[in-house]
Amino acid sequence: MKILVCISNVPDTTTKVSFNNNNTEFNTNGVQFILNPYDEIALARAIELTEGGKGTVTVINVGLVDTEPTIRKALAIGADDAIRINAAPSDSYFVAKQLAEVAKSGGYDIIMCGRESIDYNGAQVPSMLAEVLDYPSISLIKKIEFTGNEAQIDREIEGGKEVITVSTPFVVSTAEGVAEPKIPNMRGIMSARTKPLQVVEPVAVETLSSFTSFEMPTPRGNVKLISADEPAKLVEALNAEAKVI
Amino acid sequence: MATTDKTLTKGGEFLIKETLAQDIFIPEEWTEEQKMIAQTCVDFLEAEVNPNLDRIDSQEEGLMESLMNKAGELGLLGVSVPEVYGGFGKDFNSSMLVTEKVGAGHSFAVALSAHTGIGTLPILYYGNEEQKAKYIPKLASGEWKAAYCLTEPNAGSDANSGKTKAKLSEDGKHYIINGQKMWITNAGFADVFTVFAKIDDDENLSAFIIEKSFGGITMNPEEHKMGIKGSSTRQVFFNDCKVPVENLLSERQNGFKIAVNILNIGRIKLCASAIGACKEVTSKAINYSNERIQFNIPISKYGAIRYKLAEMATKIWCTEAAAYRAGQNIDDAYDALVAGGMDSGKAKLKSTEQYAVECAVLKVYGSETLDYVVDEGVQIYGGMGYSAEAPMDRAYRDARINRIFEGTNEINRLLTVDMMLKRAMKGELDLMTPAMNVAKELMEIPDFGAEDDGFFAKEKKALLNLKKATLMVAGSAVQKFMMTLAKEQEILMNIADMASLVYIAESALLRAEKLASIHSEAEVALQIDMARVYLHESLDKAYIQGKEAINSFAEGDEQRMMLMGLRRFTKIEPMNLKEARQRIAKKLIEENKYCF
Repeated sequence: MKILVCISNVPDTTTKVSFNNNNTEFNTNGVQFILNPYDEIALARAIELTEGGKGTVTVINVGLVDTEPTIRKALAIGADDAIRINAAPSDSYFVAKQLAEVAKSGGYDIIMCGRESIDYNGAQVPSMLAEVLDYPSISLIKKIEFTGNEAQIDREIEGGKEVITVSTPFVVSTAEGVAEPKIPNMRGIMSARTKPLQVVEPVAVETLSSFTSFEMPTPRGNVKLISADEPAKLVEALNAEAKVI
Repeated sequence: MATTDKTLTKGGEFLIKETLAQDIFIPEEWTEEQKMIAQTCVDFLEAEVNPNLDRIDSQEEGLMESLMNKAGELGLLGVSVPEVYGGFGKDFNSSMLVTEKVGAGHSFAVALSAHTGIGTLPILYYGNEEQKAKYIPKLASGEWKAAYCLTEPNAGSDANSGKTKAKLSEDGKHYIINGQKMWITNAGFADVFTVFAKIDDDENLSAFIIEKSFGGITMNPEEHKMGIKGSSTRQVFFNDCKVPVENLLSERQNGFKIAVNILNIGRIKLCASAIGACKEVTSKAINYSNERIQFNIPISKYGAIRYKLAEMATKIWCTEAAAYRAGQNIDDAYDALVAGGMDSGKAKLKSTEQYAVECAVLKVYGSETLDYVVDEGVQIYGGMGYSAEAPMDRAYRDARINRIFEGTNEINRLLTVDMMLKRAMKGELDLMTPAMNVAKELMEIPDFGAEDDGFFAKEKKALLNLKKATLMVAGSAVQKFMMTLAKEQEILMNIADMASLVYIAESALLRAEKLASIHSEAEVALQIDMARVYLHESLDKAYIQGKEAINSFAEGDEQRMMLMGLRRFTKIEPMNLKEARQRIAKKLIEENKYCF
């Protein structure tokens, strides 16, 4: 079984977000980048599914050379090899088209993605990728098992669970719970340098969207504590200050 | 890292020679692989240790062993063990980095350090091929856990006075060990013990590798300790414990040497571990100060709190500069010895022994920086700092042991001076020529020459003078007391502190200078601030230490002249330390964590 796991290089969760160029560009100065935590879950399940010689896991990323530490982290966690498509990921359509171009000739049985990347949170790439490849697409899966070339997949739906059977090839996006992220061990870290990392050039893709501007959320207001013994003060504050009653 | 064009400074030479910034390693130069190893440690603590701190401290049955097993599966127990014995063959500074990152793990950090350090290293460095092949792979994987039995009820700092005895059996096949060992870390679950005992009426200790399965080993219940409550600490009794003769480690009576050399490594690693704990505590304190509102604003807005945060960060950053500078020195010395044909194990020991002075300095300053940081951590948390429900309580209690184990800070201060003087006597370290030059300079008219205005020119001059001040006090004390100086412990403490301040302040200046050569000065302005603040403080502290020493042994004109010299040698153009600390604190508060 050949599994392709799509990974994103994203700012660390504690990043202080700011913007450049008249609020049209994320300011990467001083930002620490990490492997997208949702992709780590997809990668962990892919490694479990192929353990014991049952297959191989390739990770793929659309990014410039500075994403290679993140790619090597994925190799350290346990991917067998990696592909970097040498382009800055401009939007979901661009990324999906680039991924599809490589995936279509790779003979992959499953393409796995995290549910979304934690930077732009578009959650569009998996479905777009499946559409371009004309593969079945199953989003937000909670569980995946295999018999032969058929997968049994659980999806969580409002108030219950959906059980799906699908034949390879297909695309899934994984939700939390499908696996526990794996911490890379010393052996994995040391072998990451020697695992193949292939760089391919991007194909031409039309630009369908661009960022007009970003806005920061308004800062949270100060909390005012009013003693439980003084309900009258609360009423007055709600009326005069918050103007909600 | 390229080491070919580097000038190697020998151990202890920092006091008499200048080191170039380009020749030291700085933590900003970690490779991608080293950073990944560090992140694995952080992830492991987050996933397995931090959520279980209370369970660990209550010594829940089997929990610490299972954590050690998981750390073993990740390879964290064999980072610097050679690959031929199942380890990963990483250099010394990489193992320091692992120790630092795990150092934030409270009792777990102690269990792991004891296993990988004093537990594994005696066999790795002194064992013969059979012993290494039998024990090291199991220790590196974590299948077997290790403990180190040196201390006895009446043999602590004076370790060689231990009463535990070994007698050869009549058939000559076993040593029969009898005795009592105390404060044995990991005793509760260890499978292998390195035990120090005297054979017959030997003057010096010998070392033995003892498996728990040999029998004849009993233990007292767990000790009730002030901190590191999750670390297993027991008394271990050997009652006619039969040890095969082939389990004698190294040669008869070589045990004390083993103990001392292994402790050198333990000391510098303790500093790394303390740095890890310091960063964790400081990050928590910064976060708390940002969240705690008093008089309608976060307490991080107040100068009194900002002073503390800046001081915590400055001490950490400067101590860290010194720790990894020394770690790289050890790596470089090791490479040179191996290139010269020395066996790897011997080279490891020799390289650490060369920097034993720095190891002792770092043990003292690492543990005291940690105690400063946890104390201010409690203070910043205020009332909550004193509550066992908040994290500062555990950090405060756990920190305290660091000034005691691996040689008390008093023993290490004495050793710092003692080792330097011994090297001077052997002709390995020329302290006398520069000390005499300083004495001569005292009689001359002070140099009011034009100031060099290069980068850190004033600071470099002040550092050179700080070295002179130290040499002046040490040189006069040696002349005054000659062979009885060893008994003048108060003066030795003064000298040790002055020498240590030189080492840490110099390391910090070199780190900032190297950074400024890689980036622009503006980009590393805060690091430059920290190096400057530390230097200014060091000059004042050294003045006090020097004055105490001089006033205790000099009189009349000599006293007056030395005090004048001391004042001159600890002088620097004033700087606004308050503003510098404000700048450092501002960044910490913005980042909401220790960020240097």
